[in-house]
Amino acid sequence: MGQNPSQATQAPKKSPLSEKKKEALSAYLYVSPFFILFAIFGLFPILFSFYLGFQKWNGLGEMEFVGLQNFKWVLTDPLFWKSLYNTLIMWVLGTLPQLLVGIVLAYALNSTLIKAKSFFRVSIFMPYVTSTVAVAIVFGIMFNDQDYGLFNILLGLFGIDPMSWSTSEWGLKVAISTMVFWRWIGYNTIIYLAGLQAIPNELYEAAQIDGATIRQKIQYITIPMLRPIIILTVFTSTIGALQLFTEPLIYIGRTFREEGITVVLYLYREAFVNLAFGPASASAIVLFFIILILSGINVLVANRIGR
Amino acid sequence: MSQTSQKNNVLIGKTFIYVLLGAASFLSIFPLYWMFVMATNHNSAINSIPPAMLPGNQLVTNFTNVLNTIDFFGAMWNSLVVSTVITIGVLFFCSLAGFAFAKFQFKGKNFLFVFILVTMMIPPQLGLIPQYFIITKLDWLNDLKAIIIPGLIDAFGIFWMRQYISSNVPDELVEAARIDGCSNFRIYWNIAVPVIIPAFATLAIIKFMYVWNDFLWPLVVLREESSQTIQVALRGLIDAYVRDNGMILSGTFWATVPLIVVFLLLNKMFIASLTEGAVK
Repeated sequence: MGQNPSQATQAPKKSPLSEKKKEALSAYLYVSPFFILFAIFGLFPILFSFYLGFQKWNGLGEMEFVGLQNFKWVLTDPLFWKSLYNTLIMWVLGTLPQLLVGIVLAYALNSTLIKAKSFFRVSIFMPYVTSTVAVAIVFGIMFNDQDYGLFNILLGLFGIDPMSWSTSEWGLKVAISTMVFWRWIGYNTIIYLAGLQAIPNELYEAAQIDGATIRQKIQYITIPMLRPIIILTVFTSTIGALQLFTEPLIYIGRTFREEGITVVLYLYREAFVNLAFGPASASAIVLFFIILILSGINVLVANRIGR
Repeated sequence: MSQTSQKNNVLIGKTFIYVLLGAASFLSIFPLYWMFVMATNHNSAINSIPPAMLPGNQLVTNFTNVLNTIDFFGAMWNSLVVSTVITIGVLFFCSLAGFAFAKFQFKGKNFLFVFILVTMMIPPQLGLIPQYFIITKLDWLNDLKAIIIPGLIDAFGIFWMRQYISSNVPDELVEAARIDGCSNFRIYWNIAVPVIIPAFATLAIIKFMYVWNDFLWPLVVLREESSQTIQVALRGLIDAYVRDNGMILSGTFWATVPLIVVFLLLNKMFIASLTEGAVK
């Protein structure tokens, strides 16, 4: 690191610098660790990714400039589109419902009618403290393809035949989405709860005096006041969902089954299994632009609703 | 008449909320409970209909099998080292940078700060492959440094610290200290640091949990078993030749327990920290 702050405190004594210059010098020194580390481990790799996207390289030999070939290769690879499709489907199944259920749970937790709120809050938040790997392992065993898998037993209670969760198109998506949902629902709930608690009570009291029904209160006070937080959670959870990796990797293992492969899993497989670093970098760049575009749409929609 | 119907409405609402929250709590806790049940049962008790729902007597056997399959304590130790060192490093560097942004005047300050904010928007996978080669070039593969040094970059931490210091460390105090001849670092250390302890606690919880649970980057750079963090090592349990669910969940359970215990002890602080960070 080489950043020894005590040197900063001694240096000014020796040199007759003005107070202002001393202040600026210290400031640059204090912010420099970030910029030095970011230059090496952040900025340089990003620029190099863009460079690698145009090269053919297996990680060892010489690089060869191939123009747009990697991008063409990725964008005409059905598996890449499949991975993008899977990622978006699992976003719809695992991430979007959280926002709705989260608001309902937050509303319930905010109710003045009930006791033991902190117990409920702690229980609902607990999954978030569990690591993603642990979640994927536990749910992976629950979503066992055999008859004795917990979810298959559950299906049996409703008279439905056991499913091959880990090998079927929808089984895999439902299983992985469930893992995502379970780990993040409490987190989003608590964020909404914080938003609900920030709404001044006078608003509800005034509405009460005006004879508003509960539904009207929710529609005209709660939802509009929660809007910034809803936009924030949609934004962050969308970006998170596009980067889905751990759950499918743990659940489908090294098979990289196409029913469950996600964009980041595709990238990981191209790079560290197939050693095709050019296409892998190209897919990283494509993912970056997808995230950029979806974030842009998010902002646009948020502005539209905000009006 | 209307009073009783209102009472009834309240009762119905109350019951509905209790049922809803009760169900949500049950669904949240059950997988964790079941993890414990499986960790204490023989594989055959798990793979049967109906499956075991109560703790069994295989706690020691299953965990012994874990120890025979992966270096459990070594991996836990690696995770602890990595998480602790990064957390302490981030607290120091981010508060120092945040202090400079909040209290010092210097050229390019706004530009640099906005730059830091923009870096937060970049998806981490974008630089993944070159990062791997940098680590290879530095000969840091299978070395905890590969996690620790890049882990010290934390744009959010700087942002968080700047906001907190701006509103909690009075300018007059900084000025007074300067007139008394305090060096800049002394002002940071003696005046800012004691005031920003709550911000430290929040950032520490966010960071520690993030690093402890991180998977993709450690998976890429920690290939050798001796260097692996617990999250990567857990994967070794699934890859074992004989799929023993009792053993797998025993390892997963004992890897999860420490964080859950700390969470239960400090639950108010945990929940506040982890959500405050998102909302601000």
